Amino acid sequence: MIFATNVNKRFGKLKALDNVSFTCNKGQTISLIGPNGSGKTTIIKCLLGMVVPDSGFITFNDRNIIHDWKYRRHIGYMPQTGRFPDNMTIAQVFDMMKDIRREDTATFDEDLATAFQLNRIMDKRMRTLSGGTRQKVSAALAFLFNPDVLILDEPTAGLDPVSSEMLKDKIRKEKQKGKLILITSHILSELDDMVSEVIYLQEGKLLFHKSLDQLKKDTGEEKLVRAIARIMQANK
Amino acid sequence: MERIIQIAALLILPLLSAARTWYVGPGEPCASIRQAVGRAAPGDTVLVRKGIYLEKGLVIDRRLCLKGIGQPILDGEKKYEIISIKADGVTVEGFLLQHSGVSDWNDIAGVRIYGAKHVIIRNNVLDDTFFGIYSQHADSCIIAGNTLRSRAGVEVQSGNGIHCWKCDGMQIVDNVISHHRDGIYFEFVTNSLIRGNQSMDNIRYGLHFMFSHHDIYKGNLFRHNEAGVSVMFSHGVSMLDNTFSENGGGGWYGILMKEITDSRVDHNVFNHNTSGIYMEGTTRVVVTGNAFTGNGWALKIQASCADNTITRNNFRGNTFDVATNGTLVLNNFDNNYWDKYEGYDLNRDGIGDVPYHPVSMYAMIAEKNPAVMMLFHSFMVSLMDRTEKVIPSITPATLKDDKPSMKPLRL
Amino acid sequence: MNKIIKYVILDILRNRIVLAYTVFLLAISLSVFNLEDTAGKGMLSLLNIVLIVLPLVSIIFSTIYVYNSTEFIELLLSQPLQRKRLVLSIFIGLTVSLLLAFLVGAGLPILFYSGSQAGLVLMATGMGLTIIFVALALLGSMITRDKAKGIGLAILLWFYFSLIYDGIVLFILFQFSDYPLEKISIVLGSLNPIDLGRIVVLLKMDISAMMGYTGAVFREFFGGTGGSLYACLIMLMWIFVPLWLAVRKFNRKDW
Repeated sequence: MIFATNVNKRFGKLKALDNVSFTCNKGQTISLIGPNGSGKTTIIKCLLGMVVPDSGFITFNDRNIIHDWKYRRHIGYMPQTGRFPDNMTIAQVFDMMKDIRREDTATFDEDLATAFQLNRIMDKRMRTLSGGTRQKVSAALAFLFNPDVLILDEPTAGLDPVSSEMLKDKIRKEKQKGKLILITSHILSELDDMVSEVIYLQEGKLLFHKSLDQLKKDTGEEKLVRAIARIMQANK
Repeated sequence: MERIIQIAALLILPLLSAARTWYVGPGEPCASIRQAVGRAAPGDTVLVRKGIYLEKGLVIDRRLCLKGIGQPILDGEKKYEIISIKADGVTVEGFLLQHSGVSDWNDIAGVRIYGAKHVIIRNNVLDDTFFGIYSQHADSCIIAGNTLRSRAGVEVQSGNGIHCWKCDGMQIVDNVISHHRDGIYFEFVTNSLIRGNQSMDNIRYGLHFMFSHHDIYKGNLFRHNEAGVSVMFSHGVSMLDNTFSENGGGGWYGILMKEITDSRVDHNVFNHNTSGIYMEGTTRVVVTGNAFTGNGWALKIQASCADNTITRNNFRGNTFDVATNGTLVLNNFDNNYWDKYEGYDLNRDGIGDVPYHPVSMYAMIAEKNPAVMMLFHSFMVSLMDRTEKVIPSITPATLKDDKPSMKPLRL
Repeated sequence: MNKIIKYVILDILRNRIVLAYTVFLLAISLSVFNLEDTAGKGMLSLLNIVLIVLPLVSIIFSTIYVYNSTEFIELLLSQPLQRKRLVLSIFIGLTVSLLLAFLVGAGLPILFYSGSQAGLVLMATGMGLTIIFVALALLGSMITRDKAKGIGLAILLWFYFSLIYDGIVLFILFQFSDYPLEKISIVLGSLNPIDLGRIVVLLKMDISAMMGYTGAVFREFFGGTGGSLYACLIMLMWIFVPLWLAVRKFNRKDW
């Protein structure tokens, strides 16, 4: 579904992505793991076309995304920190997004919005919201259009435990529908029961891309956290 | 005494000689004017009926009164001088003169006075003539109520409307002149009056005036001439109640005054000229009671001018009130009204308590380099002018009105 | 695209600055026309305001808006939208709001007090300058990521066009005062939209006689249909070149 081939990206002197290649397919739940500044967010932004790679290319359903923008209708994206126009209310943001993506879907998936009880605060302006509430809005928007691909950047960061669980339930549900889900997260233990594959990035390089089972076998660890910790230590 | 005898003679002579009247026209004894002039005795009247006459250069060599009935047409066929007057006391009245010859070496005119006295040229229309009415060595002639229009397109092919050369005691009154080279041209003409004329749309000057002393021009309108009015090398000239309007053919003048001495510029109106008055080398000229409105430069006064008095004028809506090219100022600018004056009047006597400096820095710069006018009204120029007002550096400090009027003067 | 324009305009109208700008223009226009004795003089004062305030407000407001809309842009970039359309929508949204403010604040008084041809040209010039400076703002804010730097750049651009450029022109004119400068001054006038706008309006105000020989040269050049067409063309270039560059930069920009 998504092919990344030899993707390079530099931000000034910093090499954010160094020859990164990988493949993602339908039904997979992939965890992007790596220390801070390893290029996780950059790769996600490359997938979304928000960052343009210096070289290499990315295809989505066999189409190069550089000249395409329609492919994004298959993607639901939840950024690391949800940033919204200050002056708009939640309702206005929802209306706007629905307005823009009207062609994408006939029915809106408002499960999360309901679960987070966003309808009670629909009239609040974005600038008055706490970080957590914004994350809830972000999450609700990502799932709203029932997309084939979900890209979630640190989805549970900033959410309270209850909401966090709700979100995880939702992710599990979507996974069962056979969607491709890409997640970055630093709280590894949360992902254990969901992830089917792991992509490990370090200093812009893709160190490995393995299925969870393979990883556990290679490291001899049962828990993902421990397996990753072992790798990180080995690479120091 | 001589005059009185002349006048008396004029009154009595017709009675004595039993002056006759000759009719000219189809069916009349004389078919051509030339024939009638040939037969007539001095003092006779020749009446010309309506029609077109090709006289191939009509010469009037005796004292006759030549009158048109119903405006007969005298056509010069683009070859001839239409009427040449070579005798004293001739009157030409009520004709339409058209298509005079055009020449590069000879000043061919519609009517030309050759050294005659007491000639009257009245209420004629001159259309498509090279020169209009041309006087040389004429004395005490009246040119009144004529309408002159040239059809020349360019300066080299055009002559002057009313052209006087070495004349004395002329009266040029109520004529309308347009599209000539110079509307009225005076050279070596003294003790003459130019009154109530309209000189418009001429290719060069509305009035061109040189070496002509003790003349008055009053109540004329000079409008839309390419170069305005030019008055040069004369003394004792009075310019009263004239209107100089819209003379702006790319940098020219309401009046250009050069080497004028002991003259007056009173109660004229200068409207929308590039420069209202341009003075160069003038001495003892009094400029008073004039209204300068909406000119580019109301007054350009070169450093060569001295002892001129500019007083009791209204300056309104001009881009620049005064411009000069030097820092030495020997002229007086007191008691005018300047709409740009921003001073105050604490004692309420109607006179501003701080002097007004009518020369702006930008005016000085534009004087040196006209191309900077492209920055006219720009932010930078206004900043510059403000700065200069606070700390004068290049504007002449002595060019100022010490008693600026707070309110427009009644003129 | 229309949807995004709609949201941009709604967003701009929601913050009060544009409204304040409209009221400010309206107050100035009305007082200028009421205080000066003639409509012509009022127009002249208004011209000075249009030439200074309009570019300043347009460029600063647009720059700040673009920087403040980073979140909005980021949100929309992850959606199925074309980048070019997004940036053009922001441009059009800004343009429409500022034009609306100008037309209500200054356009209506001009029409009311002086519906002359000069008034219409002044309005056209104001509109042109508004659009040009929005385009320049967009370009400037694409160049640097830092908001403070971006605003600094915007102020610098305004300062350049309304003051520094004229200083350079003055310098050039004096350096080469021995040569015929008429043609050159037409070229110099075209290289700055504010100068061009000022010259065109002044010519239409029938005070070209006040500008002497240079004025006559300008009138001869800009007076005819060809000249007006030339002025329009230059103004359009001043809109489209910065806009095109801004769109190009936006297309390659990382968020």
